[in-house]
Amino acid sequence: MDVREKLAILADAAKYDASCASSGSKATRPGSKLGSTEGMGICHSYTPDGRCVSLLKILLTNYCIYDCQYCVNRISSDTPRARFTVEEVVSLTLEFYRRNYIEGLFLSSGIIQNSNYTMEQLTLVAKTLRQEHQYGGYIHLKTIPNADPELIQEAGLWADRLSVNIELPTENDLHQLAPEKKKVEIVQSMSGIREKIDEFKADRKEGFNAPRFAPAGQSTQMIVGATPTSDQEILQTATELYTGQNLRRVYYSAYSPIPHADARLPAQSPPLVREHRLYQADWLMRFYGFSSEEIVTEADRNLALDIDPKLAWALANRHFFPVDVNRASREELLRVPGMGVRSVDRVLQIRRHRQLRSEDLKKLRVAWKRTRIFVQTADRNPGLLNLESLNLRQQLQPARKQLLLFDAATSATTGEV
Amino acid sequence: MPLRAVETFEEWRESARELLAAGISPEEVTWAGPSQTLFTPESAHAGQSAGTQNFSVPPEFIERARTVACHLDVSRWELLYRMLWRLTHGERHLLKDSADDDVSRFQRMHKAVTRDVHKMKAFVRFRKVEVGSEERFIAWHRPDHRIVRLAAPFFARRFPAMEWTILTPAESVSWDQQELRYGPGVPASEAPEGDVLEDLWKTYYVSTFNPARIKMKTMKKEMPVRHWPTLPETALIPEMLEQAGQRVTAMINTREGFETTATSYFPERMTWKNVAEAAQHCKACHLHEHATQTVFGAGAKKPEIVIIGEQPGDREDLEGEPFVGPAGQLLDEALAGAKIDRASVYITNVVKHFKFTHKGKRRLHQKPNAREISACRPWLEAELEILKPSSIVLLGATAAQALLGRDFRITRQRGEMMKSEWCDRTIATWHPAAILRMPDQDRRRQMKDDLTLDLAAVR
Repeated sequence: MDVREKLAILADAAKYDASCASSGSKATRPGSKLGSTEGMGICHSYTPDGRCVSLLKILLTNYCIYDCQYCVNRISSDTPRARFTVEEVVSLTLEFYRRNYIEGLFLSSGIIQNSNYTMEQLTLVAKTLRQEHQYGGYIHLKTIPNADPELIQEAGLWADRLSVNIELPTENDLHQLAPEKKKVEIVQSMSGIREKIDEFKADRKEGFNAPRFAPAGQSTQMIVGATPTSDQEILQTATELYTGQNLRRVYYSAYSPIPHADARLPAQSPPLVREHRLYQADWLMRFYGFSSEEIVTEADRNLALDIDPKLAWALANRHFFPVDVNRASREELLRVPGMGVRSVDRVLQIRRHRQLRSEDLKKLRVAWKRTRIFVQTADRNPGLLNLESLNLRQQLQPARKQLLLFDAATSATTGEV
Repeated sequence: MPLRAVETFEEWRESARELLAAGISPEEVTWAGPSQTLFTPESAHAGQSAGTQNFSVPPEFIERARTVACHLDVSRWELLYRMLWRLTHGERHLLKDSADDDVSRFQRMHKAVTRDVHKMKAFVRFRKVEVGSEERFIAWHRPDHRIVRLAAPFFARRFPAMEWTILTPAESVSWDQQELRYGPGVPASEAPEGDVLEDLWKTYYVSTFNPARIKMKTMKKEMPVRHWPTLPETALIPEMLEQAGQRVTAMINTREGFETTATSYFPERMTWKNVAEAAQHCKACHLHEHATQTVFGAGAKKPEIVIIGEQPGDREDLEGEPFVGPAGQLLDEALAGAKIDRASVYITNVVKHFKFTHKGKRRLHQKPNAREISACRPWLEAELEILKPSSIVLLGATAAQALLGRDFRITRQRGEMMKSEWCDRTIATWHPAAILRMPDQDRRRQMKDDLTLDLAAVR
């Protein structure tokens, strides 16, 4: 099989992993002859699924001894198989990088022989790139949860980011669909990485010239919608990982139909909009001070699909409003629907010198149609009158139909969603 | 009324200083690009001494104005001068007021330029050109603004050991591994065509696309269509969209489902008798095609101990009973040594069909592969679920890995009493067949003693 055929199989097999960012590494490795890690998150291309192509995202091999039901590469799947050599991955990465096609490499693998052997192979790719080719671009390695800690430690020396996939939101989900994976083991691997990262940071702080260890931190991915687990539980798990394991990112990947799928998986996929709402909620938790308990306001413990989570929270907590843009704290302002971190910071700057009026907020390009219902300004804001309105939700809800994954099949021909 | 024709930020800066020193207000000046003047303007390089006077403005303004100066809108000079005037005439905090019309325009222009720089970093595509033994990387890119000087240093840091050139309609830049050299613009026709790697890159692009999720709007927002002509992969988009529907249908149709594991052959009521009966008709993997029959577990129906091996051998395949061949005899001896009555235990295998190759007239045992193990394992799980033993003995690596995980190492973990999903006392030990195959006499005796001891441990 030639490299092109392998690439087709092993890129196809990797596309279900949502992680794509190439951000978080602070400085380029000294002495690099090719590649840098400056310029956070450069996307070199986009595919018609709206996702960015930033990294060469491939598997080293899609042979796997595991049998996780949601995974196209599980042992019992009849998908075509291929395996790259270490040299082939190194060469592809360098050649693509030289032409400015990519920001770096995201390398994952099916588990072959055993966890340690697989981890060694992944690490060898990164080590060869760094040592033999003085490659300074971004490398993200997916670590194998059961591999020996020493192997993961070595991987962290060569990679910018390490990640261990939590796979599914709860222990019970794992038991159902990935019986060979245990949440305890996965979380243990994460905390092993976290400890090394902390150690490295502490050494640097003390002034030691410690070797770099995963400077872009660690991330994880969970598949959403393959089991009936609620958004509340999903966000709860995410919170645990952000606080407990100090993760940089949790990626949510709407379960998508895969070829050769097992019949135990749901016949219908979750709407893509659910994945979108989870990202919005995740964002609110990380940058807006919301907690996972308050963010889910629906009775079924799922996020509302028709409106965004901040608006849903505001509608369920109307006593909190109106917020006075000229007096409220940063935290309070951040809870106003339609205002982002950037506009809040601009409001804070402006009001040191003068009072803000409705007109000013419009110029700051807040989503005025929403914002006006929740804020008090220096002038009269007639929008405020709607705050008590009973059908406010209907007024604010965009008149758009939910997009289901299977609708994509039809919209694919027209090219529009 | 003064007329100023400027092209670069430095030229504007010089003129602006001069005008400011002379107290000329923004309304009194007309700014123009160099080509827009019909008559010779008052030169920016006239060297008037007025330019030496210094004005204090926030450094942030100078820094951002330098970026805004790269915007192609000719009104930028006028905007910059008006802001400079306001900053030096009582509105020192002007930049903080994002709701001010000038500031918000300034910010928008700044954003447009930085976005364009970002897109240049992303969408430049080098093509390798070989001249003799030298290789050069050349790209043609069409930015919206005059940003080559803003973006070029980034490429020098990223590709320090490469010789590269970026051509744009208005300017060009080259790196010779030492310094950046700027030159005039070049039309697209001058750029090299194609690169050997483009085929691989397109392969990657198509493969990484998930046809089950189409979001053209997002795509076009992030990758504006005007950049498409310089990106080789974009030529594939119409075809990808056209085939997406078909590919999704194919994905849904190739759901494999239960027929690939034993669960598809499960009886309605899960009693031992029903399960054993149903297993006779299992076709979850291809092993049933050549084996004589399914060899299901046998022994006590309320056992304390369940012993699990790998798969039936030649004799077992013919007789339909587990562990009746040479390995079975050795197991019997070990059981006797451990003072366990064979009739009190239940013996079974992970894989229920014999797998073999022909060598002359003999049928030689072959290790089952992971696919076969995973297809067959539900039978074993059903046996354990029904029998609920208090101890499990796993014979050999295949059985141990099937139940305890792929990372289990028999050489390291043999004889350890472990908790498993099925019972609290699970132990893994040598497979009798492995003992039989051991050529070294002493080692063989040792392994047999180990087996006896491990069996005694669960008694």
